[in-house]
Amino acid sequence: MSEPVLKMRRIGKTHGKGAQRVDALVDVNLDVAAGEFVAITGRSGSGKTTLLNIAGALDEPTTGNVSVVGHDLGDLSNKELARTRRVAVGYVFQQFNLLPALTAAENISLPLELDGMTTAEARELAEVALSEVGLDGMGDRYPDQLSGGEQQRVAIARGLVGPRSLLLADEPTGALDEATGESVLKLLRERCEAGASALMVTHEPAFAAWADRVVRLRDGQIEEISVRSFATSNADLF
Amino acid sequence: MGIKEGLLALLADGPRHGYQLKVDLETATADAIPVNVGQVYSTLQRLERDGLVSKGGVDDEGRDVYEITAPGGDVLRDWLNSPVDLAAAGRDEISMKVLIAIFTGGLDPKAVIEGQRTATMGLLQDLTRFRAEEEDADVAWHLHLDRLIYSAEAELKWLDRVEERVR
Repeated sequence: MSEPVLKMRRIGKTHGKGAQRVDALVDVNLDVAAGEFVAITGRSGSGKTTLLNIAGALDEPTTGNVSVVGHDLGDLSNKELARTRRVAVGYVFQQFNLLPALTAAENISLPLELDGMTTAEARELAEVALSEVGLDGMGDRYPDQLSGGEQQRVAIARGLVGPRSLLLADEPTGALDEATGESVLKLLRERCEAGASALMVTHEPAFAAWADRVVRLRDGQIEEISVRSFATSNADLF
Repeated sequence: MGIKEGLLALLADGPRHGYQLKVDLETATADAIPVNVGQVYSTLQRLERDGLVSKGGVDDEGRDVYEITAPGGDVLRDWLNSPVDLAAAGRDEISMKVLIAIFTGGLDPKAVIEGQRTATMGLLQDLTRFRAEEEDADVAWHLHLDRLIYSAEAELKWLDRVEERVR
């Protein structure tokens, strides 16, 4: 089997000191293979978001190693780390974090342009990404001209745009109605079927069920819940 | 839903012979209620005895065609208009198993909860995949899958709640 796209080994994360010390993550091992979609469930405060942030180099573990597409994050310079974050990893956050002075399309194309893509190329990819999330022709609108659900879809398009190896999503369907939420999960699935990997945090079992593998964080530790690869046939269910 | 109410509903839609009733019942409910033709005929006999349906002649192939009667229409309307009393529904085996495990100290409720969670999440994954693959399937089948998906989801949430309470 090829090297996992995300490899987390013996990850520990501690907040505070002395009596206030909290072990958010304890000795967590988690791999996400190429093409695999993994969901992390668990109650609020179980460390799901902390684990996701560590996977995406947005937070550092207290102990342990993370490697993304074969690069040990601990060995990378700040510049290399920033590049990995921009190029290899796509993020979809609970908060939209859209820049209010940029249009929807510019919000999506900006990171691509920062990586050296021409404005025209980046703009074209942004339009494709917008249409994938059902926002055809809305690229020229500013965030304050969009509803909450539309802003979230722009944020999703920004996370999924371009050729990313690892997609990290934190409650990506948060403010969306059920049908739109499902279309986002379908997008994540399609990306995985095209070879990307996805790690998603969700507290909704119905959303977690879109993943190939569902794990749960409990008391800072990972428990495997269920593995059902979407790639295998399922004809005998009924 | 019993076969009885299903047959009355189909006959209210129009006269049918026994085999047509079997086929239409399975189609309408996305095979959620598999029936054999023998069950259909024995139910029709009881409905006829009780005056809820009557024979309305024979079709081209000599098969008895049934019609709904006015009292049959009343029974059907009563059934459709009464919400299902979930509290009185059949015993729920998962609930019993988990609650008994909690009540009796010798058993391990966590193992019961974890085993059930894995099974139910696996089912939910299968159902989700099935629905995604069968986008063009008929409405009855989709709605039936939705129903199963919502039940599995509710069960997983309940298991989480139980676990929080017994930890």
